[in-house]
Amino acid sequence: AASAQVQLAVPVAVVFAPGSVPGDLPRPLPFRDVEEMEISVNVRTSVMSRYEMVYRGTTAQEEAALDAATAREADAALHPLQDASLGSLTVYVVPETSSLLPQGSSVYVGKHRSALVRAGGGLAALRTRLRQLTQVMSFTASSVTAVLSDRVPDGQLGPDTRRHLKSSLGYEITFSLLNPDPKSHAVHWDIEDAVNRYVQPVLDKLSLVANFSVDSQILYYAVLGVTPRFDKESSSFLLSAHSLPHVINPVEARLGSSAASLYPVLNFLLYVPERSHSPLYIQDKDGAPVSTNAFHSPRWGGIMVYNVEAPASPQASLPLHVDVDMVRVMEVFLAQLRLLFGLSREELPPEFLLESPGNEGLADWELDRLLWAHTVENIATVSTTLTSLAQLLDKIGNIVIKDDVASEVYQAVASAQNAVAELAMGHLHSAFQASKKAVTSSERAFFDPSLLHLLYFPDDQKFAIYIPLFLPMAVPILLSLAKIVRETRQRKKEPTKMD
Amino acid sequence: GGMLAAAALLVLLAAGPGRADTGRDALREELLLSPLPAGDVAATFQFRTRWDADLQRGAVSHYRLFPKALGRLVAALGVRELHLALTQGFWRTRTWGQPPLQAPAGAELWVWFQPTVTDVDKAWKELSNILSGIFCASLNFIDSTNTVTPTASFKPLGLANGTDHHLLRYAVLPREVVCTENLTPWKKLLPCGSKAGLAVLLKAERLFHSSYHSQAVHIRPVCRDASCLAVSWELRQTLTVVFDTFSSGQGKKDWSLFKMFSRTLTDACPLASESKVYVDISPKNKEKELLEVTPAPTSVLEAVVQGDKRTYAVYDLLSPSLFNTSRSLNVQLKWKRPQDSSELPTPILHAHRYVSGYGLQTGEISTLVYNTHPYRAFPVVLLETVPWYLRLYVHTLTIITKGKENKPSYIHYQPAQDRRRPHLLEMLIQLPANSVTKITIQFERALLKWTEYPPDPNHGFYVSSSVLSALVPSIIAMKDVDVEQSPLFTSLFPSSDGSSYFVRLYTEPLLVNLPTPDFSMPYNVICLTCTVVAVCYGSFYNLLTRTFHVEEPSRGGLAKRLANVIRKFRGVPPL
Repeated sequence: AASAQVQLAVPVAVVFAPGSVPGDLPRPLPFRDVEEMEISVNVRTSVMSRYEMVYRGTTAQEEAALDAATAREADAALHPLQDASLGSLTVYVVPETSSLLPQGSSVYVGKHRSALVRAGGGLAALRTRLRQLTQVMSFTASSVTAVLSDRVPDGQLGPDTRRHLKSSLGYEITFSLLNPDPKSHAVHWDIEDAVNRYVQPVLDKLSLVANFSVDSQILYYAVLGVTPRFDKESSSFLLSAHSLPHVINPVEARLGSSAASLYPVLNFLLYVPERSHSPLYIQDKDGAPVSTNAFHSPRWGGIMVYNVEAPASPQASLPLHVDVDMVRVMEVFLAQLRLLFGLSREELPPEFLLESPGNEGLADWELDRLLWAHTVENIATVSTTLTSLAQLLDKIGNIVIKDDVASEVYQAVASAQNAVAELAMGHLHSAFQASKKAVTSSERAFFDPSLLHLLYFPDDQKFAIYIPLFLPMAVPILLSLAKIVRETRQRKKEPTKMD
Repeated sequence: GGMLAAAALLVLLAAGPGRADTGRDALREELLLSPLPAGDVAATFQFRTRWDADLQRGAVSHYRLFPKALGRLVAALGVRELHLALTQGFWRTRTWGQPPLQAPAGAELWVWFQPTVTDVDKAWKELSNILSGIFCASLNFIDSTNTVTPTASFKPLGLANGTDHHLLRYAVLPREVVCTENLTPWKKLLPCGSKAGLAVLLKAERLFHSSYHSQAVHIRPVCRDASCLAVSWELRQTLTVVFDTFSSGQGKKDWSLFKMFSRTLTDACPLASESKVYVDISPKNKEKELLEVTPAPTSVLEAVVQGDKRTYAVYDLLSPSLFNTSRSLNVQLKWKRPQDSSELPTPILHAHRYVSGYGLQTGEISTLVYNTHPYRAFPVVLLETVPWYLRLYVHTLTIITKGKENKPSYIHYQPAQDRRRPHLLEMLIQLPANSVTKITIQFERALLKWTEYPPDPNHGFYVSSSVLSALVPSIIAMKDVDVEQSPLFTSLFPSSDGSSYFVRLYTEPLLVNLPTPDFSMPYNVICLTCTVVAVCYGSFYNLLTRTFHVEEPSRGGLAKRLANVIRKFRGVPPL
């Protein structure tokens, strides 16, 4: 019920460059406006989104920045002039004739929390475009329902919505090199350098969302659970899409769980097929080979098959020395990492132009998207956890609640309320922190060892013990009841006999 | 010039294809087969992974041969040294001789923590919980009631600059049963798994069909080189099995790898830098050439092991000549004279323990420690851990050697606290040459609460083995050997000097009966009381619900009824 009142407020500044102000503005600049939208998750739960728009003209500095030659330069120049707080957006409306945006595209989304929009078509057209843009840069109805997927009735969700990782305080990322044939292949990968160069910048950016730890291992004699099919035409081995679900299980037994922490693990496996099964290609549903030769498993991780080129001369001595091309591998793994966090850039209109996030792998507004989704999810998790705790307490009347458990529950409720309030005010960062605190407290209360329901003696067993008492006592009562019944029946029969 | 080039080539080979910046790691695997008297064969596997990296907190996270699960554990919990053994059965030192590695029955765990660990008890609890998950063992039952901190018995085996024993924790679970489920995760930690190398012999159904099975994991820091400026980490996985080949081989003492493991060796683990099989062919009773091994060994090694000169036939699985003639290696041993009864000389140090006394109130634990050395006396550290429910009377502690009282030169006693911690008794006792020392202590059995009894309480309660640690004087002088070059089975315990060698022995675990209540009694009482109440209730109920009305004496007494019967026969109407 708590999430029924959740309101997400997004502060949006709409800045009009000179010559881009539409003619049909209701009021003179600057003015404020609010746009509300209701996202309904199920019959009882819905999330209210509230875009708090501030319309204004450009300042002199912004005007100067917008004079840049390309959109990228303008984005970089505008960055220091913006409101830097998480979740807030700035949209610059440039004249229809501006050369900042390339031909054919009317919206440019930058690396940070701003976008450029080409004016034209009056206020109504601008509003539609702004609505689209703000949803892309913050949250959409589908991204909100995806994180609340536990509450959505089955069948109403697409297959992709369950791909995202659950919100957690931390994640462990494990890169594993699987070498099933160490006799033929001596595989070396410079994972340490690759992690430092490609993965660490992304994780530094994501460190606001959760704690990350990265490690890697090499597993020998680890085989996939499926024997690939030999294809005579291409003289290669093929793994079809429908056999992929069976690939992971035997490997997983070797991966080794994270014994030292409770965070979810993201596995990225690089599989070098054995010599007798090389080269190995993954086929998609239509039978075409997958270009990356990789696939991912929702909420689990990804697998990439790395084929070793056959030696030029068949007499080459074994084991064959293989140095893995880490750039190729990391490209795939980073794309899979983005997919697992639900940061895919797919459903966009063609006139939208997105700036590539560069080395950090993640734009600021994408981070915001993640934070919006995780905050909503955390609040939902807290409400679920506390509801089930309440149900447990209702079921067992004499359960003992210790003071520390009680204070955790109070703190969870207070933090969750705080998070909801901060969300309604548009303070994304403090809302996220509060929701994290609420999750921690509620889980600590829920998993307290003193709240195990098996510790309490169930009532039905008490009855079993007292059966030696109840049974002999019941016999005379039942006999006399039978006697009464018999007598009343006889009394009913007797008058008819008299007749 | 040629020499130099060869040396350069060697260096290149040693550096291998690995890179310089990540720590080098190396794997050595080894199997020692030693025939025991009475026809048993002991097989000791050792797998040693050495990693030239410092496993400190969070510094290293990229693993190759070293298993990630254990590496993370060491780094996260500040472990300096970890020794875990899971054992089924008991090593009979008296008849089997000194084992290369002995472990007490059940599970044994001892850990040294880093000085940076602030809350050792918390780290210990967390560690035992994680290990119980990794090895599928009930190590989570390790708590304060069975954990002790010995002061003298367990010194770090690896590199250590401080030996503050507050960083040490030791616990034994003698009730733990070891089975396949513990072997599988242990095998999974090996770089080659059980797919290649010596580990293919580890077939669970054969390993547990044996008189003794002990698997262990030892993690410790070691010196990286002779100068010892840097630290390497060593993981040793050991597994010892004793097969009773005499009874399973139709009265013959001959054995082969296939007969014992129902597998043979086909290759070395491709990741191992050394893969060897040693067979103990030491001549006994000065009679030479009593046994014969086939195929011919790669080489023969003579070494002084545990104060005795031994001869080993060595099979180097990495030497190409070994698999030239046949595709698999099936080491066989035949005795030339079948009825040979080779008596092993009694080991210099062995011990024996039992519990005596009658009734369920008091009892006595007696330990007999034997020193069979003809002319040398040596000290031994005895460690006793007794659960709190056996209340030791320390004033009854007596140590008697050759009829005289033997005063221990060091004694450390920590009394138990009910439901909190066990008794810990550590003593340094001097054993005179050729003597038996008897140590007795009396105890009283405590009454437990009814929830504290384990399932099947009439089976009894185990008291874990007592531990004897000693530097036993060697008969033959030993040479200082390089750890990296010598066989693995000689190099776990550091040797102090040439004249003595370190031995750690475990006595039998004890099984003590405690006064056990009749657990069905409460239910019986409830049943009985309820029945009585129910019977009373029944008659009372009848009394209350029956309607009483006066009936005319229509039938009369017995005489009248009899008269009526007679009248009926006569055809006269009744009265």
